Amino acid sequence: MFRVTRRYVFAASHRLHSPELSEEENRHVYGKCNRPYGHGHNYEVEVSAGGPVDAATGQALDVASLDQLVREQVLEPFGYRNLNADVEAFRGVAPTSENLGVEICRRLKQNWNAAFPGEWPRLEKVRIAETPRNIFEIRADEIE
Amino acid sequence: MVVTRRVEFSASHVCRSPELSEEENRRLFGAAANPHGHGHNYVVDVSLEGDPDPVTGMVLDLKELKEILNREIVEPYDHRFLNYEVPPFDHVVPTAENIAQDIWKRLEPHFLNGRRRLRSVRVYETPDLFVDFCGGQPCFG
Repeated sequence: MFRVTRRYVFAASHRLHSPELSEEENRHVYGKCNRPYGHGHNYEVEVSAGGPVDAATGQALDVASLDQLVREQVLEPFGYRNLNADVEAFRGVAPTSENLGVEICRRLKQNWNAAFPGEWPRLEKVRIAETPRNIFEIRADEIE
Repeated sequence: MVVTRRVEFSASHVCRSPELSEEENRRLFGAAANPHGHGHNYVVDVSLEGDPDPVTGMVLDLKELKEILNREIVEPYDHRFLNYEVPPFDHVVPTAENIAQDIWKRLEPHFLNGRRRLRSVRVYETPDLFVDFCGGQPCFG
């Protein structure tokens, strides 16, 4: 069994604000991430998939197929976007990196079989770095 | 406890399988199938797992590990054309997966006895693509 990990980068803006909290609570919880006009990050996303090596190709994963899936499901919808305004999943939901990681993992998981119709490789996890010091990981088996 | 040491080597390779057609090789490997090859600065993270020795406080002697990694990885791989100069890549496609597995095979005999065992070999082909091999077991974490 092998685990192949591919790293992608996209730039986006967001504002952390929960409609379930008061203005004051939002400022207290999210601090400068709650400033009204938002701010941006260069997000780094690592996608890991596991499986056996195909004897003919020497590969556990076709990188071009993964690139296409991530381009369609993550880089195009999220890159150079305002996550709050442009992404349906974040209407009324704070686009924290926890929630963003779950959304990315959910999109990849839902479209995985179309990109990789066989038994292998299987999506294992998504790791998202909002900055080099704030990093979030989610396993594919943790979500629907 | 897991201890990881990193080594680097630079090598060239070409990714094409004799079992596939020219068109399939082109589709699968893209520019990596260009017949005269290309190179990478490979980075290898070798992780060993064990309990620290109560006297030395070390899981293993890092000087000894450095020598093993130099002898088993850097010396055979560095500044070589893998397909032509480093078996088994005369008949095995030198993908990052197969390189990770070959490095595991070279290292494993050194860590069969004692208080530490080989846990994982991670091979970065570029900063954006890496492979973990954990001896045939699923990689945890």
